[in-house]
Amino acid sequence: MWVTRLRESWQKNLPVEKLLPDTQPAYVASWIYMFGVATLASLGVIIGSGLWLAFEGASWYHYSNVGHFINSMHFWSVQFFFVFMVVHLWGKFWMAAWRGRRLLTWITGAIAFVASIATAFTGYLIQTNFDSQWISYEAKDGFNSVGIGSKFNVTNFGQMILLHVAFLPLVLGVITVIHVLMVRARGVVPPIDAFNKELGDRS
Amino acid sequence: MGIFGHFMNLKAVYLHLGWFQISITNLIVILGMLVLFGLALVLPFPGNKSGKGGKK
Amino acid sequence: MKHDRRTELETAHWKGRTRPYDLIKEGVAALVIITVLVAALSTLFGSPDDKQITFKQWAVAAPADFYATTVQELAGSSGSAGYGAPYNTASDGVNLGPLHLAKLMGVTHPVDSVNDFVITPLTTVVNTGPVANALKQWQSSDSKTQSTWATNYDNALTKVNQDATKVPVGNYGPVPLLAQGLLSMAQAGSLDGALLSQGNYFQSDNTKQTLFLGDGNYFNDQSTASNLQGNTWGMMNETGRYPGQAWLWLYSFWYQIPPFNNGDNHPFGANADAWIMLIMGALSLGLICMPLIPGIRSLPYKIPIHRLVWKNFYQEENL
Repeated sequence: MWVTRLRESWQKNLPVEKLLPDTQPAYVASWIYMFGVATLASLGVIIGSGLWLAFEGASWYHYSNVGHFINSMHFWSVQFFFVFMVVHLWGKFWMAAWRGRRLLTWITGAIAFVASIATAFTGYLIQTNFDSQWISYEAKDGFNSVGIGSKFNVTNFGQMILLHVAFLPLVLGVITVIHVLMVRARGVVPPIDAFNKELGDRS
Repeated sequence: MGIFGHFMNLKAVYLHLGWFQISITNLIVILGMLVLFGLALVLPFPGNKSGKGGKK
Repeated sequence: MKHDRRTELETAHWKGRTRPYDLIKEGVAALVIITVLVAALSTLFGSPDDKQITFKQWAVAAPADFYATTVQELAGSSGSAGYGAPYNTASDGVNLGPLHLAKLMGVTHPVDSVNDFVITPLTTVVNTGPVANALKQWQSSDSKTQSTWATNYDNALTKVNQDATKVPVGNYGPVPLLAQGLLSMAQAGSLDGALLSQGNYFQSDNTKQTLFLGDGNYFNDQSTASNLQGNTWGMMNETGRYPGQAWLWLYSFWYQIPPFNNGDNHPFGANADAWIMLIMGALSLGLICMPLIPGIRSLPYKIPIHRLVWKNFYQEENL
């Protein structure tokens, strides 16, 4: 049965002990490991402030002091999000974190990076201020030039706000969840050369 | 508006190096990232003494 | 093979020393710390919010520019009138070698700059006598005559640097009055609503407004003043002194260098948007597939930054 196969695969690859461990390998002992969770936490603040902005409507933050503050929370958490994500990427690259069949972890992480840029871009388009006007005016040329503009119309506010608030966060959320679950399932990559003794040399 | 909102809404200052230019703010962000990366690599991580809390 | 054995060992569940780890506490701590930091920056600095530009603002602040742009819309010489797909068929648009991808996708967002930007909005208001007559004259003429009038006036206006008072007498038909009518309409504030609604009640598509606004110099000048132009790294910048989009540095980079920074260069400069999209698409794919790229995937082994990450482990294990 499909459900049996799914359950058995789930229990084999991601038992609860791996999903919610209370130990970690002793080599996970560097500040560089903090940037993944920092990225996620920033995403949490982005989503929280974004939900508040969405609830109040697209123009609320222009004329409400609370609105301006929540918009500021959304703005600065995006800045943190990208800072932490890129430092996390640098760390994972120099650790060659794709080793030990963790290629998909890298791939989902890199896709999440690209999807984040796309999501942020639609956010910039829906500010309903001068910046949005300019960005949509300029960006249309890029997308039109490769034919994407026919479907993805950056000057269509209605389309952009629905993409930013519904479609893209869902896509990004799914990619992020898969990425994090992959880290849990595979475990944190061991150090390069960790098994040199077992393997008997330094190759 | 932010306590320093008026200051932040003034015209940005740019660093020009030939055909390259960057706002001071963006420069601070990028340099900050490099500093964060460097510090993360060199700063000692707490609770990382040999054998402490370690289980085999 | 040792290579496969190493992969097996690196894949297997870690059997070495462990340390206690509270995943949930770490996540909560991170969330609290970052929320506090973000709240602090928000309190200190706020966020950028430069007011939107309206047609009223444009027409009041730069009436000559608005007037000249209106004439260009009627003459079909404006940027949007000559754009091509997805708005019209006036040009083939940019291309990647033999591929005109925008043209291939067709006119999916039709924009008629003469009627959408000028004539239709004018019909939505009660015009003064002269403008109403000008509108009647225009609407009862054939398109060839309309085009002749508008092109004549556009050329004449260009010759006198957009100073309408200096244009010599000529065969311009109702064009000067139409432009004047639209200017008055914009200055009164009703063009904004007319352009957005396009006769509808619900409307959420700003395409026509954006195209018309961008055809003038006023909008572009505001952007230049905020250093947002693409050829001065503007894609990375934000209004005011706020941090911009540093993550777009590489996308912005290509617009600064030859051949892409020269619109007269063929084929790359003239089609820079398309070529740069292609380059960035390829580089993004490269980032996603980086562990598969020889040379790049071996950099962590050649430049052992990882020795800093795992320095304690290496010391304890004598590696």
